Amino acid sequence: MSESANLTELTIKETARLLRLRSFSAAELVTAHVEQIERVDNRVKAFLRFTPELWEKQAEEADRRISRGDLGPLVGIPMAVKDVLCVRGVETTAGSRILSGFKPPYTGTAVSRLFAAGAVMLGVTNCDEFAMGSSTENSAYHPTHNPWDLDRVPGGSSGGSAAAVAAGEAMIALGTDTGGSIRQPAALCGVVGMKPTYGRVSRYGLIAFASSLDQIGPFTRSVEDAAIVLDAMAGHDPLDATSSTRQNDVLRDFDAGVKGMRLGVPREYYDVEGIEPAVKAAIDAAIKSLRDAGAEIVDVTLPHTDYGLAAYYIIAPAECSSNLARFDGVRYGFNQDGQNITESCERTRRKGFGTEVRRRVMLGTYALSSGYYDAYYLKAQKVRTLIKRDFDAAFEKCDAIISATSPTVAFPIGAKTQDPLSMYLCDVLTLGGNLAGLPGISLPCGMTDEVLPVGLQVLAPQWREDVGLRVARAYEVASGVKAGVAPLV
Amino acid sequence: MLARIGLEPGDVEFYAEQLSGILAHIDRLKELDTEAIPPTAQVVEVANTLRDDVPRPGLSQEEALANAPAAVDGFFRVPAIQEEA
Repeated sequence: MSESANLTELTIKETARLLRLRSFSAAELVTAHVEQIERVDNRVKAFLRFTPELWEKQAEEADRRISRGDLGPLVGIPMAVKDVLCVRGVETTAGSRILSGFKPPYTGTAVSRLFAAGAVMLGVTNCDEFAMGSSTENSAYHPTHNPWDLDRVPGGSSGGSAAAVAAGEAMIALGTDTGGSIRQPAALCGVVGMKPTYGRVSRYGLIAFASSLDQIGPFTRSVEDAAIVLDAMAGHDPLDATSSTRQNDVLRDFDAGVKGMRLGVPREYYDVEGIEPAVKAAIDAAIKSLRDAGAEIVDVTLPHTDYGLAAYYIIAPAECSSNLARFDGVRYGFNQDGQNITESCERTRRKGFGTEVRRRVMLGTYALSSGYYDAYYLKAQKVRTLIKRDFDAAFEKCDAIISATSPTVAFPIGAKTQDPLSMYLCDVLTLGGNLAGLPGISLPCGMTDEVLPVGLQVLAPQWREDVGLRVARAYEVASGVKAGVAPLV
Repeated sequence: MLARIGLEPGDVEFYAEQLSGILAHIDRLKELDTEAIPPTAQVVEVANTLRDDVPRPGLSQEEALANAPAAVDGFFRVPAIQEEA
């Protein structure tokens, strides 16, 4: 149908209204997205697997709910899910060969809550293996291409989810963020991505990478949509002891604007090494736009920024080496037999894990080994305290912090694969938020001359997603910059 | 060795060079005096989380074994870990 293209460019809010007006049905909305996937995904490669049995059943149920007068905003909304979130009976592999064929016996809490709210699952999206990477090139299956320039990466690790939303293949997508894995791909693909406060969303059913840093969050095409999805997923879950009982009404003061708010610009982030001039120009324009909208822009400092990457690359690999010890070829998916159990385990992990995962398992095992523990792991956890204190002090002077999300725009596929440290530096502006447990949002703040998206990051104090979303929304309104669907002609 | 990732010839050189570069970056942590700084045990303040000890259904034996590469008689099957006596 002629409307098909338009149906894949809507936001949740617009869709909910049109579904109630019977402009189209949930089934037609799904069909439009499946057609868009058929049109573009052989080029974008955002998805690993599709779930027709789910989308058919869930769209039917959504249409029944709508005809009963259900006003839930997520009823019938087409969703993609990162390949690290367990969905019962749907192959979930964390982008890794070691989990090939693994069909979870249960569905994780975040996904269950969105299913209950009426979302319709289209499929499973590509990611870096075990969410380790910043370009989605570490997937054991295939790389994903940036919808704005197919020769470039979408960012990562949740690159498939970001690309799916940017290409109009899904209206919303779920990702996970351990060091920037939602915010950085959102920035590189020109969509909105949000990492909640650590503990806001239950991690039950998330295949763990670094348990003290991981959070689940949404990709959407508007700030309001991010708030709607977060609101549906958030809240205490008895199945995740780190999930919080704290309440935060993210939609209440959402449209209150930034007049009178103080927004901090950390000089270490503003002038971060390697920041591209076009990114800096877009951030300058965003700062001006927020100032014009009534915010007071204040200079703040995060003095331990230069140590963040080093601390992160001890803590995250240490946790990953411990979490990934369970993949021994006995209980899940892939197995390579050997003469004895040690040899089976080594062969399974040799063939099952890719280069980056092996690198991090080695690094983490080393950092935790006796004799090095104090020098590396304990030291890094102390530095983490210093980084958190930096943010505490900065938030004495401002309500939220703004910066670029990524120092660069999307880079060409293959540009950083030979140099792990250069890849790690992609997350230099985002990983502080994970170390300090803060909520962070990335939203589009314009395009470079080459038509590559730039992302603005808003960081808020712990448990104040409402503040971060309010600032992001104010920028979206003041600037008129909206997340768009890439043309992909 | 501890990591059980089955290194093969050539791997050691490949990873040694990359890991040395990463560790050289990480070494900057030594510049900081952290003598009096407590390590972060948890980043958000959460008190002890307890719940009532009420049984709830778990996975059936069949479901728990469904993903195993090899199962026999309701168990995960693994290579023998002891020599026959």
